Amino acid sequence: MSGGAGGLHAVLTDVVYLIAASLFIFGLKRLSSPATARSGNLLGAIGVLIAVVATLLDRQILGYGPILIGLAIGTVAGALMARLVKMTAMPQMVALLNGFGGMASALVAADEYLRIAVGRAVMTPDIAVTIMLSVLIGSSSFSGSLVAFGKLQEIVTGRAVTYPFQKTGNALLFLLTVVLAGVLVFGGPDPVLFGIFGLAALVFGVLFVVPIGGADMPVVISLLNSYSGLALAATGFVLRNNALITTGALVGASGLILTRIMCNAMNRSLTNVLFGAFGTAAGQAVAAAEGRTVREITADDAAILLGYARSVVFVPGYGLAVSQAQHNVRELADLLEARGVEVKYAVHAVAGRMPGHMNVILSEAGVPYDALLTTEEANPIMPRTDVAVVIGANDVVNPDAIENPNSPLAGMPIIEVHNAKSVIVIKRSMATGFAGVDNPLFYRENTRMLFGDAKKAISELVRAVKESVPA
Amino acid sequence: MSEGLLISVYIFVLAAFVGFEVITKVPQMLHTPLMSGSNAISGITLIGAVLVAGRLDSPLNTYIGLIAVILATINVVGGFLVTDRMLHMFRKKPDGSK
Repeated sequence: MSGGAGGLHAVLTDVVYLIAASLFIFGLKRLSSPATARSGNLLGAIGVLIAVVATLLDRQILGYGPILIGLAIGTVAGALMARLVKMTAMPQMVALLNGFGGMASALVAADEYLRIAVGRAVMTPDIAVTIMLSVLIGSSSFSGSLVAFGKLQEIVTGRAVTYPFQKTGNALLFLLTVVLAGVLVFGGPDPVLFGIFGLAALVFGVLFVVPIGGADMPVVISLLNSYSGLALAATGFVLRNNALITTGALVGASGLILTRIMCNAMNRSLTNVLFGAFGTAAGQAVAAAEGRTVREITADDAAILLGYARSVVFVPGYGLAVSQAQHNVRELADLLEARGVEVKYAVHAVAGRMPGHMNVILSEAGVPYDALLTTEEANPIMPRTDVAVVIGANDVVNPDAIENPNSPLAGMPIIEVHNAKSVIVIKRSMATGFAGVDNPLFYRENTRMLFGDAKKAISELVRAVKESVPA
Repeated sequence: MSEGLLISVYIFVLAAFVGFEVITKVPQMLHTPLMSGSNAISGITLIGAVLVAGRLDSPLNTYIGLIAVILATINVVGGFLVTDRMLHMFRKKPDGSK
């Protein structure tokens, strides 16, 4: 690849790789605004395309059969997946693609190991170390992503799965893989031991994700995204290919930033998310609601409240995505806007199952992106908001997070709907949210509960607004 | 050798800084497309996979290469297409529709 031999042809290939890497950076930069994001994505695609074409002309390639078969299968499968996936299923889709990328990087590094081992060539320590890193990170991100996919798709339980000696077991397994890697680096080439090492990495990836609950998946997916980038960079070091190194660093950084944002939004440390086995306690004892009453509201009364308001803010949670209510919410918003109501949406960073997921779901329903507010943007306008409508969200609107220092949620940034003049909470039952904590918002003077499935409740509101509020 | 390695480490570190700078500016609204888009870019590992599959070293190497090409291609094609599909849905409020 890069490096001395090969002359002009190799230099040209390297120049193309440099252009590709620049296109990636430029493309990511354009992702910072919805107006330019689509062209940014296209630049990235062009970058990969020219890099692949340049590689196809490489003189090391002796036969095109397997390459073309692989490209054909991959293109068809990838295109089908991209076309068929539902927007609510985007987290599992990204988890899967992530895992595939990580595994591909690991396989390329593994092949290099086998080539050197069989060819009895000299394996320098830096090559050996980076091969081990690529295989370890790439394989475990692959198997970990598959488990995340299974949890999100609900093929396996979304709950945090725990068993005795779990952490000790995982730590020992990790130690074992590191020792194996050490033996492989300092001992002679040993393809069998190398295979065992690869298997151990795969098992580790599974056991790493199993104890993490479904609602913590935004963190896991971000982290696995970062790992697939690091595996790519490690493979870049193995092949001495600077395009892979650059791209791997970019993706690694991207995943790390998103991981940090997700952890901050939940006010939990990464360690707590990964090893805390949050979300195990099914019916955790909640400080009983005795003596406090919730006030119910009918759809018709709620419609009057909404129809004659000046400003309404919708606060969507995962419950909205589960019942596919986004289109109904949009319909309700349209009706309200036609009646002169100003409508906004306050989206918490962890609303949904991956970073930014709720924004995609709302955009799919045709909500314009200028109406989508972040927590920081929404809180200042809350006191001026007439009605805040909470749809299938719970922990992210729990005032205990700022008012009760003893709450498990204390310190978590929340959308301060309790500051709005009135709050309508659409919820199936009085069940607690993911954190298993009672929510004092429901008992407040200015809160009204509208019980029911999000989609049904919103369609009821749509009907009631049409009937009782003239446009 | 070691000089080449050092240069590569330089590139890695500098690219990571560029990544932090560029990606911190991406708004929350676009985090899902950012993730699927950056994910698609990481499918650039396809260029390594293509070499593995095309060198015809041994049947084992070729099979490894074939699987790597399939996985990386799904990553690239699926990633870019699904990102485009999502970004297509992000619309500004149409002017004067009120």
